[in-house]
Amino acid sequence: MSKKLKKRLIRILIALTAFIVLFVLDKILVLATVIPGQYGWLLAFALYLSIYLYIGYDILYKAARNIAHGQLLDENFLMCIATIGAFALAIFRALNNMEVEGFDEACAVLLFYQVGEWFQAYAVGKSRKDISSLMDIRPDYANVYKDGVLEEMVDPSEVNVDDVILVKPGEKVPLDGVVVKGMTTLDTKALTGEAIPLEVGEGANVISGSVNMSSTIEIKVKKAFYDSTVSKILDLVENASSQKSRAENFITKFSKYYTPIVVISAFLLALIPSIITKNPAIWIYRALTFLVVSCPCALVISIPLTFFAGIGGASKNGILVKGSNYLEMYNKANIFVFDKTGTLTKGNFVVTKVFPEDKKDEILHYAAIAESGSNHPIAKSIVACYGKKIDTDYVIEDVQGFGIIAKGESTIICGNEKLMKKRNIEYVQADGVGTCVYVAKDDEYLGYILISDEIKKESKITISELNKLNAKTIMLTGDNETIAKSVASEIGLTQYKASLLPQNKVEEVEALLNNKKKDDVLCFVGDGINDAPVLMRSDIGIAMGGVGSDAAIEASDIVLMKDNISDLIKAKKVCKRTMRIVHENIYFALGVKALILILTALGVFGSIGMWMAIFGDVGVAFIAIINAMRANKKINN
Amino acid sequence: MKKVIKIEVDCAVCAQKCEEAIKKIEGVESCSINFMTQKMIIQAKDDQFSEILKQAHKAARKIEPDFEMEY
Repeated sequence: MSKKLKKRLIRILIALTAFIVLFVLDKILVLATVIPGQYGWLLAFALYLSIYLYIGYDILYKAARNIAHGQLLDENFLMCIATIGAFALAIFRALNNMEVEGFDEACAVLLFYQVGEWFQAYAVGKSRKDISSLMDIRPDYANVYKDGVLEEMVDPSEVNVDDVILVKPGEKVPLDGVVVKGMTTLDTKALTGEAIPLEVGEGANVISGSVNMSSTIEIKVKKAFYDSTVSKILDLVENASSQKSRAENFITKFSKYYTPIVVISAFLLALIPSIITKNPAIWIYRALTFLVVSCPCALVISIPLTFFAGIGGASKNGILVKGSNYLEMYNKANIFVFDKTGTLTKGNFVVTKVFPEDKKDEILHYAAIAESGSNHPIAKSIVACYGKKIDTDYVIEDVQGFGIIAKGESTIICGNEKLMKKRNIEYVQADGVGTCVYVAKDDEYLGYILISDEIKKESKITISELNKLNAKTIMLTGDNETIAKSVASEIGLTQYKASLLPQNKVEEVEALLNNKKKDDVLCFVGDGINDAPVLMRSDIGIAMGGVGSDAAIEASDIVLMKDNISDLIKAKKVCKRTMRIVHENIYFALGVKALILILTALGVFGSIGMWMAIFGDVGVAFIAIINAMRANKKINN
Repeated sequence: MKKVIKIEVDCAVCAQKCEEAIKKIEGVESCSINFMTQKMIIQAKDDQFSEILKQAHKAARKIEPDFEMEY
């Protein structure tokens, strides 16, 4: 609790105690009759007024100042009018020898208003702190070896790439790097929401922001601080929610009209029935009650609070949402476009077949030469399968979308069917599912290599859950029709597009965006490698396994920190819960306020009208805030 | 130029009003105040940027005297 807030709490508690004592005394002794005579009510008035001034001086001051600035419908001003009016009515009753009442109410309205304001400030401050502590992954210092000497407590931004840093148990890993000495377990909960600690040994990549749990390790730094994972994530979180959701914009607009409308109706309520019935005291009282309910605070505060708590709740589950608008949109997301490799499948390509078997070594030998220069997972898997030293005296030409031609001692042609056809090489059509690489030497066909990619075990269940929600699930892949079809039917996707070049993926997504209905929301889910343009183009770009991939974090709108596709469903649950709470709060706050306004106008509450109005204002805000905080909880599958 | 500025504002309604007021300042291309994160994202012409920030602070203070911003 901040100092300012603490001071206010003490003031409220003093005023509240004084008020309760006075109120009880008043009920027992009837203060207005303690001193006999015509002006006996002055005692009650003075006592209640002093509490009123003690608790409300700042509001009175603000109201006066805002009038000077021309802001008439300011909430402070409305509260002052309502309470001063209530005092005036009570004095009027006293002067006209009616039963003395209403001083307590006037005082209570302002007191409880302050209680409500305090509670709002407290709740907002607390949720702000909760969520920022969740993101408390910023490392404060690094222990770095400079010329063989260990320097402790160095600012992480001063550490260079290739420096060796030491991380002791209990410390945060300050920069991304590779373990060069020691082994330990790392806690990555703050980054990924993953509760199980990660075991790392020499050669393992570690990401900044994780906490070293068991023993000292030495890390060779691979990225400067501003490039490291922790900086990227913090930047994302701190600059998140710059985009407001439709619900928030609605509330902003609504509050602009709500207050003036209630104030005008209060004015009319005081004026017209008073003239007709010639009983102004009752109608003025009801009108003042209107003013107490006129403040849209509960709504204005609880909606952004709910979204904020929702974003916090999502990040507790390892899901980063870049703004409340994406949270709102994702709840409606009904078209899911997936990149196949690395998203639906593991992307760990393995050579599963070489045909014909008897020429296996020869085929692999030539294929490995051709593929040795490439970083593509397929190329890597061939090189790995060959496993021997590779002749590098070849000039390698990459034919985009076809394959590779390597010229040297002989000409090696290595690629897909299209390449074989292009070179007019007769080949045997491969059978079996997977990516097929045909190999030919000097335009003479040798055989083919079949490489497959494992489907992630979560893919199937995730897709079936999404299908249950009537979502379209579409897979985009560069693989051929056969592979695409087999993967799509195994996972249960509703649609697939095969044989796409990277640039075709953007076109496909463009086409889907153009054909979708107005209310449809299209998500693209990718692993962030090579799909930044598509991530940006789609309504919601979702990157998986965000930790460690900067481009993905920047280009996407939602980042699944864990490389687990079933978090899409978790994210759905978080968004659904948040939106439900948002709607609950809107309907609840508006409903209660409307009800109180109507019942007050009809006079149902009689002389307790103002107490009901306090509930309508403070009580509703209170309940709405508590409700909002539910969005911050973690989802348990 | 676009900048994210740390602010201090106590109530959500005030934050909205300040945002509206700042948007009306000449030279301000866009302004979004996030009450929850206590941040303001403001976009304005480069050459008058610091002058505009001063004006923004003044305009916001007129609405909410407790409004603070770091710039």
